[in-house]
Amino acid sequence: MPALLFVEQVLNGLQFGVMLFLMAAGLTLVFGIMRLINLAHGSFYMVGACLCALAAGASGSFLLGLLAGLAGAALVGAAVEFLVIRRLYDRDHLDQVLATFGLILFFNELVKILFGPRPLLLDPPALLSGAVELLPGLPYPAYRLAIIGVGIAVALGLYLLIRHSRLGMIIRAGATHREIVAALGVNIRLVYTLVFGLGALLAGLAGAMIGPLLSVQIGMGEEILILTFVVIVIGGIGSIKGALVGALLVGVTDTLARVLLPLVFGAFLEPSAAAGVAASLASMMIYIVMALVLVWRPHGLFPAEGA
Amino acid sequence: MTRSLLIAAAFGLLALSPLAAWLFDDPFLVTLFTRVVILALAAVALDLVLGYGGLVSLGHAAFLGIGAYTAGILASHAFDGSAFMSWPFEIGGSAQALVTWPLAMLTGGLLAAVLAPICLRTAGVHFIMITLAFAQMLYYFFISLPRYGGEDGLVLFARAEFPGLDLGDDVTFFYLCLVLLGGYFLLARRLVAARLGMVLRGAKQNPGRMAALGFPLRRYQLAVYAISGAGTALAGALQAELDLFVSPTLLSWHQSGELVVIVLLGGMGTLIGPVFGAAALVLLEEVLGRFTEHWMFVLGPILVLVALFSRRGLLGWLEARLSR
Repeated sequence: MPALLFVEQVLNGLQFGVMLFLMAAGLTLVFGIMRLINLAHGSFYMVGACLCALAAGASGSFLLGLLAGLAGAALVGAAVEFLVIRRLYDRDHLDQVLATFGLILFFNELVKILFGPRPLLLDPPALLSGAVELLPGLPYPAYRLAIIGVGIAVALGLYLLIRHSRLGMIIRAGATHREIVAALGVNIRLVYTLVFGLGALLAGLAGAMIGPLLSVQIGMGEEILILTFVVIVIGGIGSIKGALVGALLVGVTDTLARVLLPLVFGAFLEPSAAAGVAASLASMMIYIVMALVLVWRPHGLFPAEGA
Repeated sequence: MTRSLLIAAAFGLLALSPLAAWLFDDPFLVTLFTRVVILALAAVALDLVLGYGGLVSLGHAAFLGIGAYTAGILASHAFDGSAFMSWPFEIGGSAQALVTWPLAMLTGGLLAAVLAPICLRTAGVHFIMITLAFAQMLYYFFISLPRYGGEDGLVLFARAEFPGLDLGDDVTFFYLCLVLLGGYFLLARRLVAARLGMVLRGAKQNPGRMAALGFPLRRYQLAVYAISGAGTALAGALQAELDLFVSPTLLSWHQSGELVVIVLLGGMGTLIGPVFGAAALVLLEEVLGRFTEHWMFVLGPILVLVALFSRRGLLGWLEARLSR
């Protein structure tokens, strides 16, 4: 396989990993701080994508669409937290699974009622529709590069927010000593709503950005949700660093497995058999990686303190 | 006392349910109640793990699917006369229920016994996630098998043969499913009253103390996981016979979620609760579906309310009512 093609696939893997990180960061924050397992996280991703497609289609500007998607996802997230989620923090994980499963059904059907069952179309912004020549002979879509850039920026921003800001200090303290933080006069319930809204906003960002690459449709949230779970389990639930490492690992593994395995099996099997075996092994690959990681380290690569 | 009454009521009502089909002259109702019985079987099996073992499995669709595919694959080979495997020794298909169903249970139990040692290394949320991941793995595995229908699923041409019974008759098939549910229910009840159930319940409350008392917890958890897997796989095989169709959606995580929903809706850790839960969910879907195409829009919030306000499910509510 030519080296340039390999570099291109690694970049694709990174881009996929960055999307997964945006999803995983919110989910892992919510679990690490509020001890809540949220199956409906993918719904915010879907909401972000749908609102972005709607607003971009109406206004003709991708940027406006992106803003609408972000704002919409964050608002829906905060509203869901206020109405439902905050009653679940002290409950068993099972109740959380049941309630958030119900929320998925609700949001999927809501989107179907509002937008119909057909996929929505979303074009990439005109400014980023071209390709950039990264190396001689290796053009790469500018839009995908932009996604990678946004992902890195979000990772940095989150690091600064959590580790070096006053709000981040309160969030970290609230994760371990909720009552004491509240006794010091911090409105911890508001902080929780903010954190949940931030997670929803990141999911909406991921959904809005992936819209031009995949189709915007019902059920898109669940596909990525499962992968996101794999990511945070590999990384260690509650750890942002783990989410980043896990997301990149899963993104690159999945992308490379789909490209490389057919070549490997093609070397010693007949083409039709090779394609079948390679395709099935490639789609199982990340789950195999996850099982191996859990066998080796049952709490993930970077277990969060106290988790 | 109320518990035994409710058990009798559940099975009595189910046994009488084909009468409803006759009364309303709607043969589809028999299929609907067969679905209730099959889902109840899977949910009772899940309750063993969830309610007694305290192990939140979000991957029981794996066992449902493997059972369905075992029965379906054997039936399809029997139909076209081909061999399932020809090396190192030849294994053909089979259309005999007494062969395919026990084999489905065996594969389900074996799968559970293989997965459990890996899954049980983890606990809590990690356990939820790893069971989910294994189910997804199996989902993609079966989707990529074009020989057995891939994404489109596998169509069967007739129900399995059962000595002395005509399973093609929907009512006969319903009663056979009901008998199997009753059998598994009795077995499960016996198990949780025995040492196994005691140890599991103890471990749920205080694993450290049970381990200190010298019980090999992992082995008990593995045993209950395998028994649960076998029961769910039997439900899968029955589902394949009912629909005459095996679809990869049986392995989807929505299916796992639905099973968990049934157990919680009915009342976890009661064994009979899931039977009520299965009936409630199937009938709710059916009734809502008659009013609106968007029934999930209503069902979703109902589930949220159940999670928020009902701690002991339908059974808890019924028992509180009856004992007043």
